[in-house]
Amino acid sequence: MTRSLLALTSVALTSALALLASPVLADPLKIGMITTLSGPGAGLGIDIRDGFALATEHLGGKLGGQETQIVEADDQQKPDVAVGLASRMVERDRVNVVTGVVWSNLALAMMPTLAGGKTLFVSPNAGPSQLAGSQCNPYFFNVAYQNDTIHEAMGKHVQDAGFKKVYLLAPNYPAGKDSLSGFKRYYKGAVAGEVYTQVGQLDYAAELAQLKAAAPDAVFAFYPGGMGINFIKQFEQAGLKGATPLFGPGFSFDQDILAAVGESALGAKNSAQWSPDLETPANAKFVKDFKAKFNRLPSMYAAQGYDAAVLIDAAVKGVNGDLKDKDALRAAMKTAKFDGLRGAVRLNNNQFPIQNVYLREVVKGPDGAVTNKLAGTVFTDHADAYAKDCAMK
Amino acid sequence: MMDFLLLAEQGLNGLQLGVMLFLMAAGLTLVFGIMDLINLAHGSFYMVGAYLTAALVPMLGGFLPALAVAVLLTALLGLAVEVVALRTLYRRDHLDQVLATFGLILFFNELVRILFGPVPIFLNPPAALAGTVDLWGLKYPAFRLAILGTGLAVAAGLWLLISRTRVGMLIRAGATNREMVMALGVDVRLLFGLVFALGCGLAGLAGAMAGPVLAVQVGMGEQILILTFVVIVIGGIGSIRGAFAGALLVGVVDTLGRALLPATFRLVMDAASANAAGAAAASMAIYVLMALVLAVRPKGLFPAA
Repeated sequence: MTRSLLALTSVALTSALALLASPVLADPLKIGMITTLSGPGAGLGIDIRDGFALATEHLGGKLGGQETQIVEADDQQKPDVAVGLASRMVERDRVNVVTGVVWSNLALAMMPTLAGGKTLFVSPNAGPSQLAGSQCNPYFFNVAYQNDTIHEAMGKHVQDAGFKKVYLLAPNYPAGKDSLSGFKRYYKGAVAGEVYTQVGQLDYAAELAQLKAAAPDAVFAFYPGGMGINFIKQFEQAGLKGATPLFGPGFSFDQDILAAVGESALGAKNSAQWSPDLETPANAKFVKDFKAKFNRLPSMYAAQGYDAAVLIDAAVKGVNGDLKDKDALRAAMKTAKFDGLRGAVRLNNNQFPIQNVYLREVVKGPDGAVTNKLAGTVFTDHADAYAKDCAMK
Repeated sequence: MMDFLLLAEQGLNGLQLGVMLFLMAAGLTLVFGIMDLINLAHGSFYMVGAYLTAALVPMLGGFLPALAVAVLLTALLGLAVEVVALRTLYRRDHLDQVLATFGLILFFNELVRILFGPVPIFLNPPAALAGTVDLWGLKYPAFRLAILGTGLAVAAGLWLLISRTRVGMLIRAGATNREMVMALGVDVRLLFGLVFALGCGLAGLAGAMAGPVLAVQVGMGEQILILTFVVIVIGGIGSIRGAFAGALLVGVVDTLGRALLPATFRLVMDAASANAAGAAAASMAIYVLMALVLAVRPKGLFPAA
């Protein structure tokens, strides 16, 4: 299933004038877009890819003023495939930057190969605690969040809302562990049950029956992508909706899921670093153009893909398009002034963002589409809990 | 700790997952047993059934008519695929069949993505079945109960078809000794086409009924396909009875494993490691079951011949 498409960006037909005007006539910037394009996780990967493509288009097809080539590859949500693609990108395609990764277990698997090849790894989604803390890596940058932080925000909200007995569920993989430990860092009440399910699980009837028997006063569930759709539908059908409030991180209630569960999710509170109605000039344009270009509402993954391109753009500008010196490009990325869809975002010493985390609510928009709306700010300029374990300055 | 009602609910959950798997496994095991064809694309028909139902609900205005039309269309699609793509593969070895039907998976996934987009689409249960029903104090999702009933009815229907009709006799004969049936002058082409369409229709039915419970998305067929293969290996290839027993066994073992193992592990270790170890052991349970069955009965529980 390993497909690879060599996709030249939209503005391949650059006019001769623009070419003459560009400051350095160096090699083109090559981006390795390794993401999940097939299987049940594909919705997330496709949104990242499309968000990245939209940013590239907004920047005139040139990131950092350089001719930009995107080499696309499908990791099939499999760590072994992702590692194979990473070494192909380093050795054969010789890309300057690898991005696109959705899943934390894949990011962890790819890291040694990419760091070994001195290739920058810009994660538009996966932010495992390992890479934020003691195993932080000079070649790893995250433009989205450290996994725990989104769940920490929900833990704080559930704590502040006065719930005392919460039932926790997450898939059994690195981000699932980060999720529940993040939630519990701020939620101090009793845990009615803590359940890890198989990644990609379809049927949650067994877990829901146990949950009902435990009679919690709220439920916190981290289920991204298709798992979230399965869980939310089955949660409602089990008669739990309305009886027990369901909370989750933004991943459990994002646009990819809302389109498929419809009104089942209305009213659900969730947390994220981005929302479609976040008021920055760049964001309004992003939401409008994404809808026009791809005929669907953007998810947070699409927004993160967009921001990955913005960060790369800033770094390449920082070295004036000279891509030969890999260390200089890395240094430029670390100090880059990064002004994405969320406004200005600062990177911490571990190269993860310091940012606001918002509370959102699932609502029916004016056009009838089910979407997220800002409902408050949980954290302002929040840094993750692992940065102190990272030796980088 | 675990009271009787909860155990009963988990038992029902297991049976419901089991009959869903049976609908998939029945078609797959017949195609494998009779036509000697390994069809990896069986899951694609499951996906097509779900997507067609989701697309037809707004057009036909109801879940039931949409389901009926979707099942019929999936069976017809199966017939067309058999004629166009699979007919030439019967004489080739299994590796060629695996490659070709794997290609079909890619083809159908891309086709569905082109037609419906990459984002999972919306399908809810009919309003009458959206809530829960009260079974002697046990509140059970009505739609799951409907799946259970439909699955059992289909199993009974298949049993009648196979043990009481002439077509059924040919199917049984084909599963036992294909060459002999051909030598006796039975129109094998027609029989194969019918069996394949029947299998696809059942997969489509499973997909259509799974749609309101699960995510209707590209790739949904591959997830259930793996479980289906486990079922037919446990049940014995080519045997409907084996598929039924295997499916219920896998459904119940998987569900009870997920329900009981973490709690059992908590009795002997601390909560955090019990949760992780229990989850890991639960996801292995059906494969351990398969290994045990194969160790005792290498041809499965009810081998066809």
